[in-house]
Amino acid sequence: MNINILANVQEVFREVFDDESIVINNDTTSTDIEDWDSLAHIHLVVALEQRFKIKFALGESLTLKNVGEMIDLIEEKYNARSK
Amino acid sequence: MQYPFDSALIMRKQRSIKRSLLEKGPFIEKKIAILGGSTTADVKNVLELFLLKNGIKPFFYESEYNRYYEDGMFENAELKSFNPDFIFIHTSTVNIINYPDINDTDATVEQKLESEFSKYKGLWEQLKATYNCTILQNNFELPHYRILGNLDSSDLRGYSNFIMNLNSRFAEYARKTKGFYINDIHYLSAQIGLSNWYDRSFWHAYKYALSYEAIPVLAHNLANIIKAILGKSKKCLVLDLDNTLWGGVIGDDGLSSIQIGKETPVAEAYTEFQEYVLKLKKRGILLAVCSKNDLTNAKDGFSHPDSVLSVNDFVSFKANWEPKHINISQIASDINIGIDSLVFIDDNPVERKIVIDNLPYVLVPEINVNEVYSYMNTLDKDGCFEPISISQDDLIRNQAYQENSQRNSFKDHFISYDDFLSSLDMNAEIKEFIPIYLERITQLTNKSNQFNLTTKRYTLSEIEAVANNPNYITLYGRLADKFGDNGVVSVVIGEVKGNIIHINAWLMSCRVLKRGMEQAMFDEIVRQAQKQGITIIKGYYYKTAKNSMVAELYKVLGFELIHTSGEDTVWEYPIDSNYVNQNKFIVVNKNY
Repeated sequence: MNINILANVQEVFREVFDDESIVINNDTTSTDIEDWDSLAHIHLVVALEQRFKIKFALGESLTLKNVGEMIDLIEEKYNARSK
Repeated sequence: MQYPFDSALIMRKQRSIKRSLLEKGPFIEKKIAILGGSTTADVKNVLELFLLKNGIKPFFYESEYNRYYEDGMFENAELKSFNPDFIFIHTSTVNIINYPDINDTDATVEQKLESEFSKYKGLWEQLKATYNCTILQNNFELPHYRILGNLDSSDLRGYSNFIMNLNSRFAEYARKTKGFYINDIHYLSAQIGLSNWYDRSFWHAYKYALSYEAIPVLAHNLANIIKAILGKSKKCLVLDLDNTLWGGVIGDDGLSSIQIGKETPVAEAYTEFQEYVLKLKKRGILLAVCSKNDLTNAKDGFSHPDSVLSVNDFVSFKANWEPKHINISQIASDINIGIDSLVFIDDNPVERKIVIDNLPYVLVPEINVNEVYSYMNTLDKDGCFEPISISQDDLIRNQAYQENSQRNSFKDHFISYDDFLSSLDMNAEIKEFIPIYLERITQLTNKSNQFNLTTKRYTLSEIEAVANNPNYITLYGRLADKFGDNGVVSVVIGEVKGNIIHINAWLMSCRVLKRGMEQAMFDEIVRQAQKQGITIIKGYYYKTAKNSMVAELYKVLGFELIHTSGEDTVWEYPIDSNYVNQNKFIVVNKNY
């Protein structure tokens, strides 16, 4: 389950940054991707919400420290959704 | 990027969309200052995409967060040196400061309304005085809650009522002010629904005054206004007939069986579409037919008693069995407008594809034959015919084109072209710019592509400046003949430096090509130049993809070629007192 989410998240990153060569892992942070500024963050958040059909709570996406935490949160919401 | 667009996709893939749009030139460059009352980042980014798609490459100035008032009102060296062509004020309902309070009297509410409006008006006047460029201003969307319920719209203390009154004042200012346009978000928010326009979490988290989904809707609308101002709106609607203007196939079903009128829901839907098309025609859009039918059958469809349109409503009528892209190409050349000014509506996806593949500059919207309503809806929401004003010229345009067809068939009766010209009884008014024609003159500088020597575009402010500048000789040309009045059809702008006049702009509507108007304008340039002791006229030709018809104009008028740079040329004409008028058939400035 974790791997599927990572693959999907990576695809979103590649679309948003228009860069097919991007590879992310649990430790990736905004300092690892040059164009990942606050504006790109909004694009990522909305794209992820649409892709997984979930909603981040107000401010939730802003406290994530790395991609790993992002994936954990997505997984939690995604599973909750299917119930 | 064409209506209906996928907002989420555009936002997500904005970088790759931008990359691929940038590969498709050519672009005209424009500077746009965005003064925001809320976050503007993606509004700017998506606006850029829609502008690039329309051949406009924007350079932006963006105010700091919510500093639209300070940035616009007070001294701003950065904005001054940016020297914008457009200033877009992105304010919304979030920026309204003093809403009515439930305890306010009518007089207090009126005062608050006046004060809110004056703040904006003051800003607009200051911007005009300092930057003298086009201003684009959002009006206000309705609020997302109604404290007074339905009374919110009628009670003076209701926010909805307050906003509608404010919008009314904005509209009045727009009616009276040149170079000022409303970006109607009041309409857009209603169209996609207030529930979709607003996103409170998006506001609280990122201070966007509209939702993610609404951003492309606003940007698309704003881009349509900008492209209209730059003369890039479409001019002609080409229509198929069977299952497009009526239900059924007239060749097979016969006149009595086609569906038009009020008898059935399908007939009503087509009638509504014909009514929509007729209204477009009335405000200046040219109509043409391109149908696979025998000509008599095709025309017959309009003799149906319930037909809203008639054959006379069309300036070109092609009904034959030739491929449609060939017909459409011919339509453009018959009525003398660029192929990129056409929109083609056809219910048949195969026909649409042939045109899309062969004529990439024609706009061919995707419509759904199962939903006749989609024909009108797609045309309307796409905004391809966005006007910036409705001029007298627009109202008589179709008539003018009809008159032109009459002239053309009249021509066939003459043996010599000179006899034909002489029989037209042409008269022209060629004088320096006057206020009443400045908007039309501006429109011409932006729309003329073929008979245009330098393709220099002007905004209304620039035309006003040139008209008031004693170092310029300006001429407009208005041509009439026994068939009708063509209105203002030609513009010349010359800059005087010492004893030389440099023709910076010379353009003419293709409607009046080869009537001698070119010669008549030149005679007047010479006359004005002689009055001012000018001895040399310098002409410039800058080649574009569309203006090869005037490459040799200066040579024909008697100029000498003095310089060539690639395909651009510079010409010189020494004026002497023995100049003989070259125009032989037009009576100039006698009736006015």
